[in-house]
Amino acid sequence: MGQLVLDKISKRYGTSSEVIKPLDLTVNNGEFVVVVGPSGCGKSTLLRMVAGLEEISDGEMRIDGVCVNDDSPSERGIGMVFQSYALYPHMTVYQNMAFALEMAKLPPTEIDKKVQASARILQLEHLLDRRPKDLSGGQRQRVAIGRAIVREPSLFLFDEPLSNLDASLRVQMRMEIAALHKRINATILYVTHDQVEAMTLADRIVVLNQGQIEQVGSPLELYDHPANLFVAQFIGSPKMNLIAGTIAETGERETVVDLENRQRIVLPVDTLGGKIGDSVWLGIRPEHVQLIDLAAADVEGEVLFVEQMGNETLLYVNSGYGSEPLVIRLTSRLEIAPDQRVGLRLPTESCYLFEVDGRAFGRI
Amino acid sequence: MKTTRRQRKFGHQLVIYSGATVAVMFCVFPFYYAILTSLRTGQELFLPAYLPNGYHWHNYVVALVDNGIARSLLNSVLVATITVGICLLVSVTASFALARVPFRGRKFLLFTILCVSMFPQVAVLTGMFELVRFLGLYDSLGALVLSYTTFSLPFTVWVLTTFMKSIPVELEEAAIVDGAKTWTIIRRVFAPILAPALVTTGLLAFIGAWNEFMFALTFIISGDKRTVPVAISMFSGASTFELPWGSIMAASVVVTLPIIVLVLIFQKRIVSGLTSGAIKG
Repeated sequence: MGQLVLDKISKRYGTSSEVIKPLDLTVNNGEFVVVVGPSGCGKSTLLRMVAGLEEISDGEMRIDGVCVNDDSPSERGIGMVFQSYALYPHMTVYQNMAFALEMAKLPPTEIDKKVQASARILQLEHLLDRRPKDLSGGQRQRVAIGRAIVREPSLFLFDEPLSNLDASLRVQMRMEIAALHKRINATILYVTHDQVEAMTLADRIVVLNQGQIEQVGSPLELYDHPANLFVAQFIGSPKMNLIAGTIAETGERETVVDLENRQRIVLPVDTLGGKIGDSVWLGIRPEHVQLIDLAAADVEGEVLFVEQMGNETLLYVNSGYGSEPLVIRLTSRLEIAPDQRVGLRLPTESCYLFEVDGRAFGRI
Repeated sequence: MKTTRRQRKFGHQLVIYSGATVAVMFCVFPFYYAILTSLRTGQELFLPAYLPNGYHWHNYVVALVDNGIARSLLNSVLVATITVGICLLVSVTASFALARVPFRGRKFLLFTILCVSMFPQVAVLTGMFELVRFLGLYDSLGALVLSYTTFSLPFTVWVLTTFMKSIPVELEEAAIVDGAKTWTIIRRVFAPILAPALVTTGLLAFIGAWNEFMFALTFIISGDKRTVPVAISMFSGASTFELPWGSIMAASVVVTLPIIVLVLIFQKRIVSGLTSGAIKG
C-alpha cells in the first residue's frame, strides 16, 4: 500500500504565473521523502495539493496507480499532520482520534479497537480522556500523529510538524517519527524548512526552490554531489563558502582553476563540459577548510569573529575573496583572537566546482 | 506628611470599594425600589420608605391573573426563544460563509451588515409595517419574530464572523481531511468552539426581543397576543385616574427575573465569550 506518483503536476492561481511548475516525483511504498526549501518555495502548497486541500491545476496525481485528482482529501486515503497540530480543542484525545472514523461511519466497537491500537503505538493510552489544552507540546504532536494513523492511510503527510516545538523536544520527536516510520512501515511525505530534519529523517530529499525541484536524492548524495549551487548552499550549515575563479585547464579527471587572487589550484573535477577561461565558483564547506601555518597556506586572511560553541568553533575569516568572509568550522577548541592572521588550506578532494549559472561540475 | 506603603494601599482600596459601592447602588436601586413597591398596597405606595414594611403578595396575583400578564409572559418567551433560535441558526451559517468562503463582495457585504445594525428602529417602522402587512403577519406573533430577527441578525452575524475568523483555518482543514462535510464541520467543530460567543449573542438577542416595545405595540392589537412590555403599559387600575403602581411593579419584577436567571446560568460563558479572542491563548 502507498505509492504516490506526481506526474507533471502544477499549480497556478488564476492567470498568474505558476506557483508550482510542472513537477514529477515518485514516492515509493514505505519510503520517507522529505521536501525542503526556503520559505515561499511552494513546498506547503505542494503538500496541500497532495492532500487535496488545494486543487491541482494541471497534471495527474496517482496513489497506488489510481488517479486521485478529483477525489476529496478523505477519499484519497491520506493522513495529515498539521504544523499547529489542529486538534479539536473541545474534544478529548480519544474523540479527536475517533472523529475521522466516525465520519467514515465505522461501528463503535471497531472505532474503539482502532483508537486503542493507535494510542498504544504512540503511548497515549493514559491521556485518552484529556483535552488538548491539558497536554504538553510533544503530547499534542503525538495526538496529531495518532489522529492521522488511526485511519490507516496509505500515505502520511507532515506539514512542518516540529517547527512549533522547542529544540530538545524537536530532537526527541524527530527520533519518535523515525521510529514510527520503521514500525508501521508507512509511506511518508514530509515538508520542512529545517535541513537537519531532512538530513536525519529522509530516505530521499527533494530540494524545492521557486516551485521547481532542484534535486532529488539521498541525504549524503545531496551533501556530496549537489546538482547545483542552490542545493550546495542549502544543504549543510553553516552554508558552503564560495570563491570566484576561472578555468585554466579543463580535464576529465583534473581541472586547473585560477582563483581570484591568481592562486592556482588543481581539483579532481570533470570539466569536459567547460572551456578554458570560463568563470566558475569554487565551493568548500566550512567543515573541510583546514587551519595551517601561514607559510604553507593556500589562502591567508584575518580573523573577523570567533564563535565558540564548546563542541565546535566557527571562524569568520576575511580572505580578500569576494565580500563575504570565509567560514571555517573546527571541531577542536581553539584560542584565537580577532584580527589575527591565519593560514588556510583548501583540501582539493573536498572542493566543489560550479559554473556561473549554478550547475555543478561532476566530482570524481 | 509621607504615608507608608500600607497606608497608601489602604487608601487605594478605600477609593476602589467606595467607587464600586456607588456604582452598584446606582444600578441596583431602581430594581430594589421596584421590588419594594410591588410588596406594598394603598397609601404605603406613596410613602418614601426604603425598607420593606410588610409583604403583600396581592399585587402579584393582580398582575399575573387579573391583568393577564401570565399570558403575555408566555408570548414573550415564545417570541424571544424563536427569535434566538432563528438568529443563531442563520448567523452561524452566514458567519461561516462570511469568514471562510471567499467570494466577491464579501467585505462590502460585511460592511453593509454593520451599517444596517446602526439603523434606528423608528426609521424602519413604516417599511416594516408594510412588510408585515404584505406577509399577512399583522397582529400575530410571527410579525414580532420577523422584526426582532431582522434587528438582531446584523449584530449576531457581525460578532460571530469575528469569532469565526479567529478559529485557525488548519482546524477546518483537519476536519476536511478527516472526511467531514461542511455542515458537519459547522455543527461538530465550529459550533462547540463558538459556544461562548453563541451564548453571549444569543442572550443579547433574547434580551433585545424580551424588552422591545415599539414593534410589539405597533404590530399587535389583540390583548391575548401582547408581549410583556406592552401588556404592562396597558395596565389599568380601579378607576381611570388611578395608576396601579403596585401591580405594575409586581409585573416588572416578574419580567426581569427570567433575564437575571438566564444571565446567572450563563455568566461564566458570557465572560469568556466577551473576552476570548481578545488575546491569544
